[in-house]
Amino acid sequence: MTDKISPEDFERLAALASLELPADEADYLRKELNNQMVSIEVLESIPIDTETGGTAHGIPYDELNSAAPREDISHQDPNRDEILKQAPELEDGYIVVPDISHEELD
Amino acid sequence: MKTSDLPAYVIADLIKTKQVSAVEVLEDTLERISQVDGRTGQVDAPEAKSEEDLSTVHAFTLVTEKYARQQAEEIDKLVKEGKNPGPLAGVPYTAKDIFTVKGIRATAGSKILSNYISPYSATVVDRMTEAGAVMVGKVNLDEFTYGSSSESSAYKPVTRNPWDTSRVTGGSSGGSAAAVAAGEGAISLGTDTGGSIRQPASFCGTVGLKPTYGRVSRYGLIAFGSSLDCPGPLSRNVTDAALVLQAIAGQDPRDSTSATTPVPNYLKEMEKDIRGLRIGLSEEFFRVTYFDAESMELVKNPIDEQIKDAVLSTAGFLAQLGADIVMDVPLPHTKYGVPTYFVISRVEASSNLLRYDGVKYGYRTEESFKDLRELYTKTRGEAFGVEPKLRMLMGIYLSAAQFDKGYYELALKARALMRKDFEDIFDPRGKYRLDALLTPTAPTTAFPIGSVYGDSVLMQYSDQLTATTNHAGIPGLSFPVGFDNESLPIGAQVLGPDYSEGVLLRIARSFEKVTEKEAWRSNRPPILSKLEG
Repeated sequence: MTDKISPEDFERLAALASLELPADEADYLRKELNNQMVSIEVLESIPIDTETGGTAHGIPYDELNSAAPREDISHQDPNRDEILKQAPELEDGYIVVPDISHEELD
Repeated sequence: MKTSDLPAYVIADLIKTKQVSAVEVLEDTLERISQVDGRTGQVDAPEAKSEEDLSTVHAFTLVTEKYARQQAEEIDKLVKEGKNPGPLAGVPYTAKDIFTVKGIRATAGSKILSNYISPYSATVVDRMTEAGAVMVGKVNLDEFTYGSSSESSAYKPVTRNPWDTSRVTGGSSGGSAAAVAAGEGAISLGTDTGGSIRQPASFCGTVGLKPTYGRVSRYGLIAFGSSLDCPGPLSRNVTDAALVLQAIAGQDPRDSTSATTPVPNYLKEMEKDIRGLRIGLSEEFFRVTYFDAESMELVKNPIDEQIKDAVLSTAGFLAQLGADIVMDVPLPHTKYGVPTYFVISRVEASSNLLRYDGVKYGYRTEESFKDLRELYTKTRGEAFGVEPKLRMLMGIYLSAAQFDKGYYELALKARALMRKDFEDIFDPRGKYRLDALLTPTAPTTAFPIGSVYGDSVLMQYSDQLTATTNHAGIPGLSFPVGFDNESLPIGAQVLGPDYSEGVLLRIARSFEKVTEKEAWRSNRPPILSKLEG
């Protein structure tokens, strides 16, 4: 059986997930993903008629169980400094973000 | 009087009637923790090797003694002043380390949040505080709740089952189930995304309640699968689960998916009798169905005979009490529960995990990096364990346009079919007209530590009997129904229509009462029997 997720696919997935992975870990993860795909592929065998819609929620939401949306009012969080203190690098109340990768243009 | 093994409702009553103080109860709990818990979990600490490590529970990632003492003193002050200290006055509880509590570390069992102090509290935690409960600590779990054995946590040593410390606790609320079983708090708050309250409850011989999706607010939970996550209680008896649900259920303006449906009086509901209730049994829940990678065929394996017998015997007791047992209830899409879960939970998990970046909060790589991109990849590569990595990669694979084979859409349709299965059997005008379905909670009892971990497919199948509940959004309650021949607890679950927690509590409470005198009811975890000498 050929693997659904090839080493090249895996490399692209790891880049999308922003993960730097040692080779042995990458091998293990790719093997497990392919094993999981065997289980997932069973979904292709479900007899689903075209009428069957999908659902993103088990429970239906209607006027009987849903609250009206809150009013859209902004408010200052009293713990501003506490929240900022969690950032690894701060300067004058701002979170420092390292250089964003870019290419120099001629 | 030692209070660690008393039910929560008894502890609250003793405190309110001034027979014992909340601080004394807390002292008992702290003493119990020091006797049975051993090393508290720490990031990347060594696994258990010594005799002591191998025979203790390791439920905690953090014991919040100072915080608990302040809460207990506050309760004692209210009692002294003649004020109402709340229905859970002075009851010691633990919270799975996925709930945020203001000013306290919230790690999700992950290195990436190992230094994160939450600036706010989850709604359920606030409601427990309002009800008078005292939080004694945070307990271990699978990393970001991803797992069924609690072995994937970055916090080591792994939590061990109080009934047999060579066995897993189940997961992901393994620390919660173990703490409750070992008397380290009367109650624990857990979360259930595919079975994560019910399966560990069954492995550790406790009660575990997964409420209807939206019955309890998700605000302040570190998110896994946002359309599946449900917070709920684990406890040593049904009444305590009802008390906690009463305290935490109800609409929350901070969670738009929390339901406005009125909250009934669960304690009253629970004490009604079960005469005339229609309770179903389904063959689909007495086997594990999976797709064999070698033969590429669906294989049906019966579950452990002892578990089947215990569940059938439970049905027998319920029939004695006047319930109508309905056999051969069809739930034909149950076998798609795990494959569907593989898709939906991974897609949701991957979007929830992209926020951890080493910039705003949490762990940041100690290596040098040349730009933001490298900071992300190094930080995330170092600080996520294999389970979150697997879930992100699979979630991205299944939802990224270049790989898309329509699996997500298929999974949403399969989910609709599983929901319809339940709607059909609970339909009051349908053929079956069930009030509840009775099933085993898990296909096995607690398995040995290390025997499944590493095989992510086999581990996921531990949730086959619980995951469809989450897809459908309906409530489920796991309760102890006996022991296997290795003295490991067996759990059964009752599932019901939306918002039917009262009926499920009633069924479990009726079973609890009718089996009060059964010999197995006096079994105690060996770790506690040893304390008594």
